[in-house]
Amino acid sequence: MASPLALILTAFLVAPIIMIVIVSFWGATEFSIYPAFQFDNYAFLFGSDVTYRVFFNTFKYAAITWAFTLVIGFTVAYFLAFHVRSLKWQIALFLLCTIPFWTSNIIRMISWIPFLGRNGLANATLVSWGVIDEPLDWLLFSDFSVILAFVHLYTLFMVVPIFNTMMRIDKSLIEAAVDAGATGWQTLRYVVIPLTKPGIMIGTIFVVTLVMGDFITVRFMSGSQSANVGRMIQNDIGLLQYPSAAATAVILLATVLIVIGILLRFVDIRKEL
Amino acid sequence: MEPRPRSFYVLATFFTLFLLFLYGPTLTIAILSFQGPSGGLTFPMKGVSLHWFHDLFQQQAVGDIWGSFRRSFVLGLMVMITTVIVSVLGGLAFRKRFAGSGIIFYLIITSLVIPSILVSLGVGLIWSQSGLPVHWSTSGFGAQLTWTLPFGLLIMFAVFNRFDKSYEEAARDLGASPWQTVRFVVLPIIAPSLIGVALFGFTLSYDEFARTLLTSGSYNTLPLEIFGMTTNVTSPVIFALGTLTTLFSFGVIGLFLLIFWRIDRRRKAQGSDAGNGLA
Repeated sequence: MASPLALILTAFLVAPIIMIVIVSFWGATEFSIYPAFQFDNYAFLFGSDVTYRVFFNTFKYAAITWAFTLVIGFTVAYFLAFHVRSLKWQIALFLLCTIPFWTSNIIRMISWIPFLGRNGLANATLVSWGVIDEPLDWLLFSDFSVILAFVHLYTLFMVVPIFNTMMRIDKSLIEAAVDAGATGWQTLRYVVIPLTKPGIMIGTIFVVTLVMGDFITVRFMSGSQSANVGRMIQNDIGLLQYPSAAATAVILLATVLIVIGILLRFVDIRKEL
Repeated sequence: MEPRPRSFYVLATFFTLFLLFLYGPTLTIAILSFQGPSGGLTFPMKGVSLHWFHDLFQQQAVGDIWGSFRRSFVLGLMVMITTVIVSVLGGLAFRKRFAGSGIIFYLIITSLVIPSILVSLGVGLIWSQSGLPVHWSTSGFGAQLTWTLPFGLLIMFAVFNRFDKSYEEAARDLGASPWQTVRFVVLPIIAPSLIGVALFGFTLSYDEFARTLLTSGSYNTLPLEIFGMTTNVTSPVIFALGTLTTLFSFGVIGLFLLIFWRIDRRRKAQGSDAGNGLA
């Protein structure tokens, strides 16, 4: 019964990864690629300053986005799980959070433009309040707007698993903590957070991998002024430099898998389902 | 009811702000899509009109919105059906350990976390190197499944982990064949979750951009078309398209919720006869 699954994963996941690894050793002319076994692509990649800068940028985006989505996601999930009292309201408010997720990412990115642009709502409001004299240029097409869009797109991936684990916490444990004289903070610190850790880890895996592999948000929200690894791969593809794109892809994949490997040490993912 | 602690109000405010943050931008473009004919991409509104929606239904200078919508819709249905069937089969298989179950499990996780562009690049390379033309219904379809199947399977795992096996035992004791047990006992019980799997399958496919980028060939799907428009189109017509696709997504969610509700109601109507026995 698992054979259709195995077949699809082999054809569209394993085979493509193998293909990328093979092609990463190939050579390319301006118009075509040819089979070879050479380390040129990797040598070029590791010899270039740009690579290190772009990888640094990728980690920077991932780390900052992770911090924001974690704080926001945890707070939202905590509110839903512990402060909303009836299950009906919990489900209703939870659904309210998930609805925007069903609209196209690109549409949700475009929708920041009338907000953040030079003549956008944010600038107009700030100027009319007298907070600033001139419109701020860094609101759109900057690291700020990239991270804002990431947080906007991906916080839900943090809310869902955290909410899911919090809902399974036995409420009597919290009562016990309160009865034993714990303050709100102590309950949070010593009871809720440790019990929520699996959800936090799963959310972290989602957010980190989504941000590290993303290329369209970075292109769109930075106005092509910043890059991450995904953008670098996409650039090479645009120039038909597939072997070089493949080599970058192999390194990105290795990085992502190492990060996941580390995160999975903290959580038994099979047990959490 | 005991009074709310102060933290409740702080958190409720935070939650409200979060919702504003989530919905604000989309609402902004919904409003701006009703710009007057001379209005631009930002405020102020220069009149209110349906001009840009009207524009959307005219022959477009760039691209083929309706063709791409049709393709995305058909592809979404294909992915949805495949995802439901394969997820159920996979879910059933994973209830027991079988040879290779560990490997397949980690492949599912890999499929979930691998950056989309790698799937796109790899599938595109395989197709081009073997001389096949990439097409949304073949290479694009397969590439999207690597994204929808993990979600479908994770839902199935969660469902079967909480599944009460005594129902099946009861069916077996009454002499049901394995197929009858699945058909008349297991499937009806998990039916509501299958609606969730279907909803994920359809909408994830319908929105998928990165995995379709290099695998859809010369006929664009809707997200690719919208992406193309963002670089060419500088009028509110793109907001009008955004508003329409958002409404469409709402329609799809509404439809699935309706089906869910109908199944739930029918189940309650037929109901359990527990406690209505011989007394």
